[in-house]
Amino acid sequence: MTNLVEVRNLRIEAKTDSGRIVELIKGVSLDIADGEIVALIGESGSGKTTVALSLMGYARPGCRITGGEINVNGKNMAALSEKQRARLRGTDIAYVPQSAAASFNPSATIMEQVIEVTRIHRLMPPERARKRAVELFRALSLPDPERIGARYPHQVSGGQLQRLSAAMALIGDPKLVIFDEPTTALDVTTQIDVLKAFKSVMRAGGIAGVYVSHDLAVVAQIADHIVVLKGGEVQETGSTPQILSAAQHPYTRELLAAFEPKPRQAQAHAYAGAKPLLRIDNVTAGYGAVRDDGLPLIRAVNAVSLVVEKGRNLGVIGESGCGKSTLARVIAGIHPATAGDIIFDGKQLERAASKRSQDQLREMQIVFQYADTALNPAKPIEDIISRPLAFYHGINRQARSKRVDELLDMVRLPRALRYRRPSELSGGQKQRVNFARALAADPKLIICDEITSALDTVVASAVIELLKELQRELGLSYIFISHDLSVVEAICDEIMVMYNGERVEQITPDKLKAPSHPYSKLLFSSVPKLDPTWLDGLVRDPELVSTYGHR
Amino acid sequence: MTMARGAASRRSLLGHSYNLVGVVASLVILAWTLVAIFAPYIIPHPIGDIVDDDYFGPMRQGLWLGSDYLGRDMLSRVLIGARYTVGISLAAVCIACFSGVVLGMVAAVTGGWFDTCLSRFLDAMNSIPSKLFGLVVVAAVGSSIPVLILTLAVIYIPGAYRFARALAVNINTMDFMTVARVRGESTAYLIGSEILPNIIRPVLADFGLRFVFIVLLLSGLSFLGLGLQPPLADWGALVRENIGGLPFAAPAVIVPSLAIASLTISVNLLIDNLPQKIRDRDT
Repeated sequence: MTNLVEVRNLRIEAKTDSGRIVELIKGVSLDIADGEIVALIGESGSGKTTVALSLMGYARPGCRITGGEINVNGKNMAALSEKQRARLRGTDIAYVPQSAAASFNPSATIMEQVIEVTRIHRLMPPERARKRAVELFRALSLPDPERIGARYPHQVSGGQLQRLSAAMALIGDPKLVIFDEPTTALDVTTQIDVLKAFKSVMRAGGIAGVYVSHDLAVVAQIADHIVVLKGGEVQETGSTPQILSAAQHPYTRELLAAFEPKPRQAQAHAYAGAKPLLRIDNVTAGYGAVRDDGLPLIRAVNAVSLVVEKGRNLGVIGESGCGKSTLARVIAGIHPATAGDIIFDGKQLERAASKRSQDQLREMQIVFQYADTALNPAKPIEDIISRPLAFYHGINRQARSKRVDELLDMVRLPRALRYRRPSELSGGQKQRVNFARALAADPKLIICDEITSALDTVVASAVIELLKELQRELGLSYIFISHDLSVVEAICDEIMVMYNGERVEQITPDKLKAPSHPYSKLLFSSVPKLDPTWLDGLVRDPELVSTYGHR
Repeated sequence: MTMARGAASRRSLLGHSYNLVGVVASLVILAWTLVAIFAPYIIPHPIGDIVDDDYFGPMRQGLWLGSDYLGRDMLSRVLIGARYTVGISLAAVCIACFSGVVLGMVAAVTGGWFDTCLSRFLDAMNSIPSKLFGLVVVAAVGSSIPVLILTLAVIYIPGAYRFARALAVNINTMDFMTVARVRGESTAYLIGSEILPNIIRPVLADFGLRFVFIVLLLSGLSFLGLGLQPPLADWGALVRENIGGLPFAAPAVIVPSLAIASLTISVNLLIDNLPQKIRDRDT
């Protein structure tokens, strides 16, 4: 045995509620050498997490490892008893979950949870475990390593929590660490710190890793080898530079192509001189009690002004908590502004949606980030899409049914989908239905709140293409809110950068290379590039990072 | 309450999977429902007639369940009793759940003062012990079937309200509710079309549970002599009037108890083993 991990012909099956057997993993083989980081990459549903979990001998409820060998450190995990596996988990193999926030116990201190592994496996006395934990905190460049362990999970930020969960994984001195999309939920500026910390710790300890992700650029920074999965099968394996520069398999190329920015041809001149569709002036909104000066205690949006012209798109970009989603809700009237004017199509709008006229509501639609919660799970797709038709346009059942077909065609979904429920659709399909419902209202402006953030790169770029096409056909305008610069760059004519509730800069995509505001500089330089040497070569102005990269 | 799911074999039909316990439970409920509907046509003796020379007579030919403390036919009295127990309880639970669930959803969607006032008022109602409340009402206005139904319904509205409100509040925070609101939908649409389909299953389970509580409360009230008045008798009243037969192990006291148990347990089992829709369409 030369490699730390040797997976041979792994098969995993799941049983559906009707008793049908579905093969999830169809004979996957992979090797991981000592101290090497291998990335598993693929779209959602490709089986990448299932494969990663199987390295611990674990199959999620309803799934079963039915064939093949999983040799980790000389032991076949598939053949061991549950008790023997438990002994290896935490000491030989450790796991870092996607959402650290959901994986920590909110009612115990961080230190207690980090050293729990050493207690379960009786690795070392608690005092030594605490010292070791502090060393790990320092190695992961966490702030205040001596005292951070005394805090509770809600008292630290998301990026810190993700590093703390890595500390939890590393304290048992594992030979293999499994990272399950650990940075997907983080901002780009935070992601860099986490990636850097992971990389330096893994390299220093010579620990092998499995890094599950759908983001090729992130993977390029951290992995030595890349395994591309699709439909439960390995499509392509190779070293990172090899995959990035000379991908063989069409699916890998598609992944790479999705990453290439497709700058949008400016079609601005066609509408030059057009009057603004939406103008907001000095809008302020927030949460908490309203104080004497008529402003709320916590101002999530502070005196923001913006203009959207007919047929043009405005991108709003910033990290989480910068107020961009609140801004969307303020414009739509879901969260009424406390000050400022919203002028839509030449008329002043009421601040609260409940006071706006039906036509005003119809002409401005909002599409939310999570299609899972934006579509009523109890209703078939046709009911969801046809409701705005009945509500705003009052058209009869037959005409409605025809229109639903047209709308499904528009968003490139098969017509047969109309009888299904949202839970029976994939993430990308749900987001298209979500969008079709907004289109059904016949709007002039669609506010897209992070609509591609929950989607894979390939699916997201397809959705963006669709939006562009629909804009050409229907003359829509979009306000596109995102934390993903490449997405905004691909579709918007103007980009507004928000920070801490305020607008810091408004620029056009062609000037993206040279932002003037320091925060924009930091934000734009934090977007990972496909180049594997990017992270190591990245030099950030320490002053900038300490001013704005406070997470 | 929680039977070992899946321990009983599951079989599928019409896109749903059933299990044996659920099927048996629903058969028992169906049987009692049929008895309740057709009781007057199938009873062997009028319920008020004294047909046995002895009291607390044993089971024998002609008097299949023996006789009661006056020598009346027990089988006839249990069959007719089903009518009152099932009928009154069902009417009461329908009123209680309908009002409670509608109010709960409206409170969740509306929020603010309406929600606060209604919630505190119904909490106050909830704090009154149910038997005591029944006692007071019956003592004040006398016992009749409509009074019984309304009293039982009022006692169980706060519970249904709390339950539905708790479920609806969760649904209310979902984005599709925001979408519907921004669309300008009315409260009636919001509760009927957006919330209700998402909470209907737990609400039905709650409906069954509340039905059981009402059967037991009705039986309790009748046992105390506050329910139906003689010669009419529901199962609870039958247990009470024949309690003297306990030392003789008379079927007259055991049979109505078994009837109450069989109905309430069946409803519970059915709730726990409702047919489940198979989501896997590719079969």
